[in-house]
Amino acid sequence: MDVPTNPVITPGGTFSNSLVENEMRHRLDVSGKIFRFLTGSACLIIVGMVALIIGHIFIHGKGNLSWRFLTAAPEEGMTAGGIFPAIYGTVLLVMLMTVAVVPVGVMVAIYLHEYSSHTSLLYKATRLAVSNLAGVPSIVFGLFGLGFFVRFVGGNIDRLFYGGNLVFGQPAILWAALTLAVLTLPVVILTTEDTLRAIPNELREASMALGATKFQTIRHVVLPQAVTGILTGGILAVSRGAGEVAPILFTGAAYFLPELPTKLTSQFMELGYHVLVLSTQSPDVEATKPILYSTVFVLLALTFLLNFVAIMIRSQMRARLRSRA
Amino acid sequence: MNAGTTYRKLAIQVTPVTKLEDRKAMEVPSKVVAEDLDFYYRQTRALHGINIQIKEKHITALIGPSGCGKSTFLRSVNRMNDLVPGARLEGKIYIDGQDIYAKSVDPILLRRKVGMIFQKSNPFPKSVYENVAYGVKINSYARKKAELDEIVEKSLRDAALWDEVKDRLNSSALGLSGGQQQRLCIARSLAVKPDTLLMDEPASALDPISTAKIEELILDLKKQYTIIIVTHNMQQAARVSDYTAFFFMGELIEMDSTSKMFTNPSRKETEDYITGRFG
Repeated sequence: MDVPTNPVITPGGTFSNSLVENEMRHRLDVSGKIFRFLTGSACLIIVGMVALIIGHIFIHGKGNLSWRFLTAAPEEGMTAGGIFPAIYGTVLLVMLMTVAVVPVGVMVAIYLHEYSSHTSLLYKATRLAVSNLAGVPSIVFGLFGLGFFVRFVGGNIDRLFYGGNLVFGQPAILWAALTLAVLTLPVVILTTEDTLRAIPNELREASMALGATKFQTIRHVVLPQAVTGILTGGILAVSRGAGEVAPILFTGAAYFLPELPTKLTSQFMELGYHVLVLSTQSPDVEATKPILYSTVFVLLALTFLLNFVAIMIRSQMRARLRSRA
Repeated sequence: MNAGTTYRKLAIQVTPVTKLEDRKAMEVPSKVVAEDLDFYYRQTRALHGINIQIKEKHITALIGPSGCGKSTFLRSVNRMNDLVPGARLEGKIYIDGQDIYAKSVDPILLRRKVGMIFQKSNPFPKSVYENVAYGVKINSYARKKAELDEIVEKSLRDAALWDEVKDRLNSSALGLSGGQQQRLCIARSLAVKPDTLLMDEPASALDPISTAKIEELILDLKKQYTIIIVTHNMQQAARVSDYTAFFFMGELIEMDSTSKMFTNPSRKETEDYITGRFG
């Protein structure tokens, strides 16, 4: 009879050991299953919440949805009519906001990722500012917008160029858009940085090794690759900004306007603010309810649509990056 | 020494590329000269007192185990290391007698004279044509479209790629095979009209047939360019290079003609490494 010299590779030895281990394995399995159940339930909560919100809003809001609702102005103290001025105002607002936030955000991200050393003071200060900016409550942005943009910037423009007449020194779509731009700046910065990070460093090296300057490398190699990512950042910023009420509360949104905004200094109606108005300041709560639901539905649909587009662009970009790896 | 001699000691086939007498070698002018070169990444010393002379229009292979400093040395020659945070260099590197780390030297202009081919082929996600034209455009070498076309075609021909891509110049470079991509990267470098080419393991990610094509190309390029090639492949060093330099632990242990290095190296470390006893 051969006596096995190495117990590790002997079948007999392994079998007898595994009997002892099995009981422990079983106990581990039970706690593992409980934990798995808990984590899974937590996921169900978030899915359920979203489904509940959308379902509730849709069921109550669908009756009132119509082409007329989307294209008419509010009537009879907001108990009838549509929400077109609010849709128009929202679109105009976020477009102005995008024009302001994307260039600045992209430039910040380019500096952070392409130029700065991670140990420099400016890098650390910017990092700190970006993460703190993302954590500031939106009502603070609203007050900041009123104090800085409307009173300080607008007021000074009026004093210098309009002889003290009130033109820019009052709430306006321009100031509301700029306030929202400050609020959504971190979104654009972080998405753009992610995009820049995803561009292989070998491409930058290839460009530099051909005698390109840093600027030429960024302009001709990095940015063309980053366009879709920057676009995604812009869309995410829009979907974040579109629903915000607090920042525009004091900086340009109006309760009701008979006309659509035509100038940068016009006030405007906005969907989120309209929801607030309908739910808190309606003369006839019951009559307003269907309109309120439908307005919320339109606002949600707009936001989800934008998020969906952003996700699609991003997944396409990822697939493209994968295919070249 | 006859071509095709099997060296008993190495048991590998070595075909000497150039027959070199030591006396003759002295007459070949040096293109790149390093003097007492030290290199640091923050606190870590990567190169230690390197003195080396790279001969003009010859191929010099840098060999040595991973982390021995051969790539660091290579990237010092076109100042790519400038881009690495915390990198510091002491000592001198001269190209054509010019101190390339002198204040008056612009690293951008230096890199136009000293091309670089990387380990992983890294074509831009643009068309084949645009890849080659890129360096020409940013350097504004070509004034007219016809001129640019001409440079692109010549570079692709010089990189032995023209016949394979002439009908797909406008399709994406990423659709090419690995070997073709690497030759495209070589063409891209040639288009900028360098006189020295640095190659960092240019064939390590390629199959044997693509590797053979690259090696053939490298031998052909020697007529016009001074080439420094980092390689982990002993046979490759023996096949393509005229001179071989052995780096170990940040030091240049030995440098000599390739035939001498592979048959009768002066230092024991070199022999141990070449015969595969370590590394």
